[in-house]
Amino acid sequence: MSRRRVVITGLGPVSAHGLGIEPLWAALCEGRSALAPIRAFDARGFAAASAGELPEGFDVKELVPKSYRKGTKVMARDIEIAVGGAVTAVKDAGLSTRGTDADHPPTIAPDRFGCHIGAGLIAANVDELTAALATSTKKDGPDAGRFDPAAWGAQGMQELTPLWLLKYLPNMLACHVTIIHDCQGPSNTITCNEASSGLSLAESQRVIERGAADACLSGGADSKINLMGYLRQELAGRSAPCTVDEDATKKIKPFDPTSPGTLVGEGGGILVLEAEETARARGARVHALLAGTGASQSWCDDTVGIVPDPTGESLADAIESALRDAGMTARDIDAVIPYGCGIPELDALEANALKLVFGDALSAKPIVTLAPSIGACVAGFGIIAVSVAVKCLAEQRLPARLNAVNTQGLLATAAPSQACALRNILVCTPSLGGQNSAVVISRAPSA
Amino acid sequence: MTSTNTSATALLNAHGQRRVVVTGMGWITPLGHDIDGVWRRLLNSESGMGPTTRFDARTFPTSFSAEVRNYTIDRFVKDARVHKTAGLNSQFALGAACQAWKQSGLEQCATLNRKRVGLYLGAGEGVLDFDNYAAANLAGWNKDTQRVDGQPWSRTAYQVLDRMCEVEQEPNMPLAHLAREFGIRGPALNCLTACAASTQAIGEAYSLIQRGDADVMISGGTHTMIHVLGVTGFNRLTALSTSKGDPTKASRPFDATRDGFVMGEGSGMIVLESLEHAHARGATPLAEIAGYGSSADAFRITDIHPEGRGGAASMGAALRQAGIDPLGRRADGRAALDYISAHGTGTKENDSIETRGVKRVFGANAKDIPMSSIKGMMGHLIAAAGAVELITCILAIRDGMLPPTINYGTPDPDLDLDYVPNTARAAKVDVCLSNSFGFGGQNDTLVVKRFV
Repeated sequence: MSRRRVVITGLGPVSAHGLGIEPLWAALCEGRSALAPIRAFDARGFAAASAGELPEGFDVKELVPKSYRKGTKVMARDIEIAVGGAVTAVKDAGLSTRGTDADHPPTIAPDRFGCHIGAGLIAANVDELTAALATSTKKDGPDAGRFDPAAWGAQGMQELTPLWLLKYLPNMLACHVTIIHDCQGPSNTITCNEASSGLSLAESQRVIERGAADACLSGGADSKINLMGYLRQELAGRSAPCTVDEDATKKIKPFDPTSPGTLVGEGGGILVLEAEETARARGARVHALLAGTGASQSWCDDTVGIVPDPTGESLADAIESALRDAGMTARDIDAVIPYGCGIPELDALEANALKLVFGDALSAKPIVTLAPSIGACVAGFGIIAVSVAVKCLAEQRLPARLNAVNTQGLLATAAPSQACALRNILVCTPSLGGQNSAVVISRAPSA
Repeated sequence: MTSTNTSATALLNAHGQRRVVVTGMGWITPLGHDIDGVWRRLLNSESGMGPTTRFDARTFPTSFSAEVRNYTIDRFVKDARVHKTAGLNSQFALGAACQAWKQSGLEQCATLNRKRVGLYLGAGEGVLDFDNYAAANLAGWNKDTQRVDGQPWSRTAYQVLDRMCEVEQEPNMPLAHLAREFGIRGPALNCLTACAASTQAIGEAYSLIQRGDADVMISGGTHTMIHVLGVTGFNRLTALSTSKGDPTKASRPFDATRDGFVMGEGSGMIVLESLEHAHARGATPLAEIAGYGSSADAFRITDIHPEGRGGAASMGAALRQAGIDPLGRRADGRAALDYISAHGTGTKENDSIETRGVKRVFGANAKDIPMSSIKGMMGHLIAAAGAVELITCILAIRDGMLPPTINYGTPDPDLDLDYVPNTARAAKVDVCLSNSFGFGGQNDTLVVKRFV
């Protein structure tokens, strides 16, 4: 039985370079980094005082229909990123939806329109929560000033808005996006840390293949740039020491063993995926083909995969699965976008996996590294990487690489952007927790 | 046809797809930690509710819940030391999955390829280290600016918050623990669609096997939200029962006086397997997954579509996949289904809209299909609810018994289906449907049938 092919018709990445693919692509090609001292909070007490925040102009209220502005009051930053990415992708795909063009019938029938958005563990806004907690402290005795659950249960919790919980449930990314664009088909929320976006794209692929939808808004979003989310990243060893006075743009050196670690980025976004036949039938511009996906689980030690199996064998399995799914071999891949975040142990794991898949040919495979420019975007990584892969294929060009000097035989050292013949690009990532994702993107097939 | 062809045909369903069967089940619940004991208690109309003990909830609007009691993983796992950092969600998941794995007999399968064994869980967020988190927040609180200052916050947070305790709150940690316990190397995913999560996980695990991405999947859910901010969040949404008096009477699905759900906790896990793989190793299927449907309400952040549009869509899609005409009758005159395991939370809104959705799908047949909610006894296990309820469907098929909806005393004039009130019932059960609807509008339905 021949399979329904899945194509990418809309791009909506959101990153420290802004909304959409163009500002991201321009910055990547020019070799600009957006890593800078954190504005969201006073980060001087953290090891890393810099990160990749969205630009100051990002305002979700301007990105939703007027009738939905009230809804933005209950959006955590992660939700804002997904909502901004979705409207960008929908417009890029030339779709009419309830959210972009309520006066016309929707291009995709609502019950044939799915939505899969990967998410991170969303941390509550501590200002809002603490304003409420501060009303419920012990007044005297040895615990004076400490939280008092009795006062909280009796009265204090009333300080929180009734919808408080709904800002932080990971599935609220998809909730808002499905309401805005009227997607009534299958919808899911994958929460597998760095693998979340890639696994979401794979789920949309399966849903479209099995005929449960014709199109999906698919991707992921994550912001760790808040006190609690940021602390968790530091506790998990996900950030390099970097004071406000240091140049953060020079910090991350992917695949260079002297790299001091990574810096956090916020972002993610949405792609429009469609069955090729229905996309062609509506005359859509096809950006690229989602040719294959793969997944696997790594062995995790007693730290449950803060750094999973260093041999990279399971990540290699996921890549092999994606290649099989795409009907390809390693020789068909012309470039790779790994997580490449600059944490030496994670980089080594990825390098080992790539060596297992590509063998000696690896030294000639260009590696695209994003982290020095936008930071490590966790659950939002995969969708940003796939968007960049699509653009590389369309432009037949590789973006610049930053910072890395000695990458031990990998084609990952700093280099300017250059033209490059590209047929297929592999995007892959391991994750904290051990889930691996691999996605193969191919040049747009001719109609 | 040759005999080879016949046996090959039996491995595929009417759509030419791989058939997927259940070969193991396990759960950790407020009513106990083993399949048959808990099932007996459900058929006995027993309740798992009591005063909340996981934190001091005495002054909360809702001070009761259904907690898992007297549980440790030691009795289940090979070596508890390797799971010493496991949070409650991972602990519940390990106990449930070990039961399911043991029943499947896969541990004895010498030819098992662990790269062809996957995981798809609907696990919730872990439990916040609340006291220490609150301490850091209060240490950073600046009354004048009404904001938390970063430096005092981070200074305190670094002192009081523990690295592994924080990492374990990531919802994909149960995957890491189960993968470690069973040596799993295949596709591994976690989804978190609130109360629909584990039904969706099982549906997607079934789809992965059908697609050929794995031969075996451990799937299900695990969750506790019986913690300060969990109860706070649902209390603020006015979703929880605030009934005074006997907690065992608080959860009253489909009753006219119902006033919200009662929080439960725990895990349900099943082993799913392609029929081909189960046959090849001589395993006995417990039931067959016949259909899965998923939809989004795309309606409002807090409200369900009043006509039950989303639930009707997920039920319709699952029935289509199972080849069941909801408006038709079987050869022996029975309605298209023998039992519906309702989402049946006991909130005003859910129970009326679910009833409406079922009528929309099954038409005149709806009144002939018994539909109960075990949440009156078990509480609402949130992300884990669907998996636990699917297991009760499989047990209903096995034993020909339907679990009751307890605390049903005052009929609601608009809710006129057969809710199996108060006492379990013997019935011929071959095909069941299980619903789960999440806050946020994700709806999922599974159809499970007797394996023949």
